[in-house]
Amino acid sequence: MVVEEIVKTDSSILKERQDFILHKQAGGCSGDGMRCDSDSVSGAVSQRACVYCGARVVLNPITDAFHIVHGPIGCASYTWDIRGSLTSKEDLYRNSFSTDLRETDIIFGGEKKLTAAIEEVMEKYNPKLVFIYATCIVGVIGDDVEAVCRTLSEKYGNHIIPVKSPGFSGNKSTGYRMACNAIMSLIGQYKTKEKVKGVNILGDFNLAGEMWIIKDYLKQIGVHVVSSFTGDSSYESLIAAPSASLNIVQCAGSSTYLAKQMEETMDIPFIKVSFFGVEDTTSSLIRIAEALGDEKARQKAIAFTESKAKEIQDLVERYKQNLIGKKAAIYVGGGFKAISLIRQFRSLGMETVVVGTQTGKKDDYEIIESLVKEDTVILDDANPAELETFMIEKKADILVGGVKERPLAYKLGIAFCDHNHERKHPLAGFEGVLNFVKEINSSINNPVWDYIKE
Amino acid sequence: MLDYTPKEITERKAIVINPAKTCQPVGAMYAALGVHNCLPHSHGSQGCCAFHRMFLTRHFKDPAMASSSSFTEGASVFGGGSNLKTAVKNIFDLYHPEMIAVHTTCLSETIGDDLNALIIDMDIPDGKYVVHCNTPSYKGSHVTGFTNMVSGFIKYLAKKGTEPNGKVCIMPGFVNPGDMREYKKLANALKVPITMLPDTSGVMDSPMTGKYEMYPKGGTLIDDIKELGGCIKTVALGVQTSEPSAEVLRKQCGVEYVSMPLPMGVEATDNFIMELQKISKEEVPYEIEEERGQLIDIMIDIHPYTYGKKVAIFGDPDTVLGIASFALELGMIPKYMVTGTPGAAFETAGKALLEKFGVEDCTVKAEGDLFLLHQWIKNEKVDLIIGGTHGKTIARAEDIPLVRMGFPIIDRYIHSYMPLTGYRGAMRMAELIASALMDYQDSHCEEKDVEVVM
Repeated sequence: MVVEEIVKTDSSILKERQDFILHKQAGGCSGDGMRCDSDSVSGAVSQRACVYCGARVVLNPITDAFHIVHGPIGCASYTWDIRGSLTSKEDLYRNSFSTDLRETDIIFGGEKKLTAAIEEVMEKYNPKLVFIYATCIVGVIGDDVEAVCRTLSEKYGNHIIPVKSPGFSGNKSTGYRMACNAIMSLIGQYKTKEKVKGVNILGDFNLAGEMWIIKDYLKQIGVHVVSSFTGDSSYESLIAAPSASLNIVQCAGSSTYLAKQMEETMDIPFIKVSFFGVEDTTSSLIRIAEALGDEKARQKAIAFTESKAKEIQDLVERYKQNLIGKKAAIYVGGGFKAISLIRQFRSLGMETVVVGTQTGKKDDYEIIESLVKEDTVILDDANPAELETFMIEKKADILVGGVKERPLAYKLGIAFCDHNHERKHPLAGFEGVLNFVKEINSSINNPVWDYIKE
Repeated sequence: MLDYTPKEITERKAIVINPAKTCQPVGAMYAALGVHNCLPHSHGSQGCCAFHRMFLTRHFKDPAMASSSSFTEGASVFGGGSNLKTAVKNIFDLYHPEMIAVHTTCLSETIGDDLNALIIDMDIPDGKYVVHCNTPSYKGSHVTGFTNMVSGFIKYLAKKGTEPNGKVCIMPGFVNPGDMREYKKLANALKVPITMLPDTSGVMDSPMTGKYEMYPKGGTLIDDIKELGGCIKTVALGVQTSEPSAEVLRKQCGVEYVSMPLPMGVEATDNFIMELQKISKEEVPYEIEEERGQLIDIMIDIHPYTYGKKVAIFGDPDTVLGIASFALELGMIPKYMVTGTPGAAFETAGKALLEKFGVEDCTVKAEGDLFLLHQWIKNEKVDLIIGGTHGKTIARAEDIPLVRMGFPIIDRYIHSYMPLTGYRGAMRMAELIASALMDYQDSHCEEKDVEVVM
């Protein structure tokens, strides 16, 4: 591995972190891969979140559910309406509910308070669906959240679903799995539903209304959408999901696990798709039609994507002139998004020089390695010091990342695009390509950078 | 939005909806960022650290650096001692701070990690410091965490019998860097040498230089904290936030203190200035007299628009009280004052303010939430809401203008650079309040009533 050499020249990389960083070598792949999908080093300024965070971001977009956080107030406060998931109807999920555990609850246990909290909600609103998030200390103080949920579900005849999400019990990916388990425990009860020809969209959270764009595309090519996880979803839409004949998985990191379970127990096959960039959007739509065995839809998809691509081509071309030769750094949550972004930058004549993810898997990193030019830095669970080092070393012009990366990029005088919860407009589909290109252009070519005094 | 909020108020005992507070550790992290060359460290799951950094970054729009012990299942069973030990070593090796300021979390508190013992047993490199404070998330709020971290610095570093240094210790309260700059300006004008603990100016409002500094120029110097015992006096600003730490310094080093409300509005600023003046015996310079005169001039100009207007104020206890006292000076009626932070002192102080101005029929509540505030407003409307970002949904639902003051403000920029304290801060408050009310009049009055001159 080349990593040894980097470390020699670069004192800001911790020894324990060496295996998580890769410089792509000349002549293809390194073969032995890199380490990923494991816990962060103690003491690292990690950009990563926890199990609860992972579970919450997946489930939160379910619009008509009560999301009650069982724990001290913080976990509820930090996740209050921050996802940017849009709704077409109910907006209950945009409120923040917490049992706000206090010292006496820590001493005597929080089960009573949880029971009372659910009862207060049930008696006032009688919702069909309630999620109870068990945070770090709930298990430690001995609360049996599952028992409380079971008892009260029976009492009220609705779905009160525990989400096992103590922060320490893994990383954000574990949280995704816990959320998927919670969803399965709901829809699993409806698995004998008769099949219809149509798809579920998995792993799209309707950020800035992206789900609506994709739904519209599918409508255009004659593909029926049964249900969506979890963007703009509701109790009724979720329980319809088992009748779909295909699952399309957009955010693979969070939802492949759910897709696999649905395949196993409901006989619904899945394919991974991405709607970021012209290339991936086009191939995804065609692959969906193919997976459904729908030749008519395939023809439509080909025609539709061709005409859509043409529609935006001129504008994209015009912006491209401003961007050719610029260098991009990517630091996002999952591997699949990183892959799409590398392709998207390539189509703009931009080279990706640093790429990292919080929760990428081995396969993802293999694809990434095959896509990027040699000497590109590939990082798993990077910390700010590493991002800084490599962005400077590789002379990145723009960073694509999330909330914690934005000020870091700015301080370095590097342009930025939020491809996470704070995205300002849809980045998916053909519309998204245009928005993305415009945003990249407006940040990279903003006059403000000229005023920085070195 | 917020269709679920019923007008009818029923008592809630077990559930908080839309909190007006968050948990202790984030306050501790903010305080620790206000010490130069200090890295805040979160002893718990890595999600806590990620959430707090995100929360602070969203408010200040600046990087908030902190590390985490990254608890795993093992740590939650066997204690986090070894995580902390590894973390401290890694942090000094990689990030080179002069000091690590550890705060606990609900998890490390509940499993009973003894931070005193752990730190005593540690190999700390020469000339480096590791300090800590306990911040159980299930007690108090983020404000309490801020206080505890300040006290923690004093407990570890301030020495009894320090040579008198003629300085005054200023404890700023949970305020923005802009306010801390204002304090320094005022102290400087009155020729009072100060040590302010903490001081986040120059850290969370650091200028763009094109270089990323993990430890920006600002922050209280560690040497100055060590010499706090030699101060003439402590001026604790914000009674609920700062008095407990002033008391710690008094007990430990015999430095007497005076504790007063945040210098917001005319009288509170007068009192602060007089306190400084008493110490330095210098005459109040003309620039300050001039500022005060300008403020009163402004208040006279706007009084036809502010007098008798009802306002709902929410946020942190000292901030709410400060805003309320200025609102009363403007002839406004602080109809509702609410904080999520527990503590009877808030209600007592709020009621005393109302009594002083002879204003009746107002509600003051600690440990409330925004759901309750919304219900109050539904029952009796106000003309203006003052608080953080999370008031925006109520403002929209009820068509009431919102003035953003306090913490957190995550949907606007620049606010953290600007003071609300001192005469200049009061001028800014006056401008924000008057403009909001007058903009509302412009956009809501009948067309025939639109006026060019106001």
